[in-house]
Amino acid sequence: MTWQDRYPLSFRLYPYTRSPDQDAGQTVRHSVTIVGGGPVGVATALDLALRGIPALVLDDHEGVGQGSRAICFAKRTLEIAHRLGCGAAMRDKGVIWNRGRVFHDRDEVYSFDLLPEDGHRYPAFINLQQPWFERFMVEAVDRAKAQGAPIEIRGRNRVTGMEATADGVTLAIDTPDGPYTLTTDWLIACDGAKSATRDRLGLDFDGRVFEDNFLIADVKMSADFPTERWFWFEPWFKSGASALLHKQPDDIWRIDFQLGWDIDRKTELDPARIRKRIDLMLGPDVEYDLDWTSIYTFQCRRMDRFRHGRVIFAGDAAHQVSPFGARGANSGLQDADNLGWKLAAVLKGDAPETLLDSYDTERIHAADENIRNSTRSTDFITPKTPQSRIFRDAVLHLARHAPFARPMVNSGRLSVPATYDGSPLNTQDALPGGPARTRPGAPCPDARLADGSYLLDHLKGPGFTLLVLGATPPRLPTGLPVLTLETAANPQLRARYLGEAERALYLIRPDQHVAARWAACDAGKLARALDRAQGKAP
Amino acid sequence: MTDLTLDPNMTAPDDAYAALIAAHDGLTREESEALNARLILILMNHVGDPRVILQAIETAKR
Ligand SMILES: Cc1cc2nc3c(=O)[nH]c(=O)nc-3n(C[C@H](O)[C@H](O)[C@H](O)COP(=O)(O)OP(=O)(O)OC[C@H]3O[C@@H](n4cnc5c(N)ncnc54)[C@H](O)[C@@H]3O)c2cc1C
Repeated sequence: MTWQDRYPLSFRLYPYTRSPDQDAGQTVRHSVTIVGGGPVGVATALDLALRGIPALVLDDHEGVGQGSRAICFAKRTLEIAHRLGCGAAMRDKGVIWNRGRVFHDRDEVYSFDLLPEDGHRYPAFINLQQPWFERFMVEAVDRAKAQGAPIEIRGRNRVTGMEATADGVTLAIDTPDGPYTLTTDWLIACDGAKSATRDRLGLDFDGRVFEDNFLIADVKMSADFPTERWFWFEPWFKSGASALLHKQPDDIWRIDFQLGWDIDRKTELDPARIRKRIDLMLGPDVEYDLDWTSIYTFQCRRMDRFRHGRVIFAGDAAHQVSPFGARGANSGLQDADNLGWKLAAVLKGDAPETLLDSYDTERIHAADENIRNSTRSTDFITPKTPQSRIFRDAVLHLARHAPFARPMVNSGRLSVPATYDGSPLNTQDALPGGPARTRPGAPCPDARLADGSYLLDHLKGPGFTLLVLGATPPRLPTGLPVLTLETAANPQLRARYLGEAERALYLIRPDQHVAARWAACDAGKLARALDRAQGKAP
Repeated sequence: MTDLTLDPNMTAPDDAYAALIAAHDGLTREESEALNARLILILMNHVGDPRVILQAIETAKR
């Protein structure tokens, strides 16, 4: 039987090779296996491997599929990628942008500025084609592997069946050389929105489908439009009910048209017809090539729970959002960031298995926030009732002359990392006057330090770190590194970590989220916070 | 924090009511609905306090 790929590739990155498991004569057992080599699967594997945990990725293709899908990647994602060894390559290739403009018909009704803040290694957003994003990540895997990290990606290894037990999962895998089986202690399902793993376990994936179709066209042209995000409601050029124009690297521009619900996909994908829509938008004289086109419908939904015993779901397999807000891949990377250190701690015997339940709590909290935001945007773009449409139009109408209505114009609220408020791992805030943005549960904002390095570089773990700002550290538990920083000459650090306070101590998790903070702290408090943050104490 | 007031609060209620009705003179049903929507949004912004707005919505639903 010949092998059938489900989609053509942009980059062939991990060609199939026969693995020794296929000739072992018995079922080989692995520690952690990840199904799906998309951005989330590869990030999770890389994170684990860099912590010394052997990670095996099974993907049913030999690289990254054609077609861009995600283009907007957020600062937090780049910071995570930096820790994994590929943030700089992404930024260097990506298009940095700050400004978004929203038009109704011909008039600008709202604009936003991502207000670049000083003292961050990475910009608020870059645009980069998803295949490049994934390619840089796989290149980081290759580098890590060359340095001895225990990671392997097996191309053209399609999972076709599974059997989960209390202490592991047995997988049936198909390859161009025929089937084999392997057993794994832990299975991480990163097999995307159509996750077969989810179906095999009979788990629900409920939520909302938006009754609208969006035509996505990436076109290649050398145009001198600014590198801004332009979004039209009811555009004057009438190519769709809404439209988007946004620049990517290599002279590629993302164009989106909202087509409505009752359409004929085949007709709409006719290149001549797509060109007609684009010509109306760009004018008849602009020359371009169609690079990639597709039609999407969008959903917002999530699984009830992400952890099911030894099977853990991450990325689109666990939750799906509409792309308005760029919260898909960006939140998936945060899943990987959240799961990696926890699973590693459990496997090394440093933390009880129940620590993994906090992955569920924290990332479901995040998924709900992402779903809420992207549902609201999609409701504004695609009003679902006549009344909703009337109010949407009223906002657009008012936005032209009444400033209050402008912030209500919702063409997407861009991805920001979740703060894990209420997480069982947090210790109650004990820094009076401390800034809200660094409260327990929050991701640490970066800051530039006196020697030119960045704060986040010093918070890379592998374990917890105690950040000390002008305070005296207590007697420390063994193995907890301390980072003592001078704040007198560093207004960024003061603004982001002290606020009104004179001094502070921050206990920071391996994923750079704040676990606890105090104005003053003794050994007992610190030990309790550390236990709590590792799921050891109530 | 103030609560939503349901006590008389307009100095000339008849005038205010007449102005509201007059604003709809000659409008089609669609135009009227659009006008009402804009009016609600403008008044909501004027009130500002989300608690009062929610109380108003609840009262309207009664
Ligand atoms: C038009 C569009 C625009 C978007 N824009 C953005 C954006 O700007 N920013 C953003 O953050 N997100 C965006 N997204 C969302 C983003 O593309 C997804 O969230 C992201 O790809 C999810 O990554 P993942 O690794 O979870 O899953 P996927 O990327 O779907 O990867 C799943 C992988 O699993 C493999 N697989 C599946 N089944 C099996 C099997 N049985 N055996 C082996 N392997 C298997 C697949 O081949 C694939 O490689 C957009 C999406 C769309 C559609």
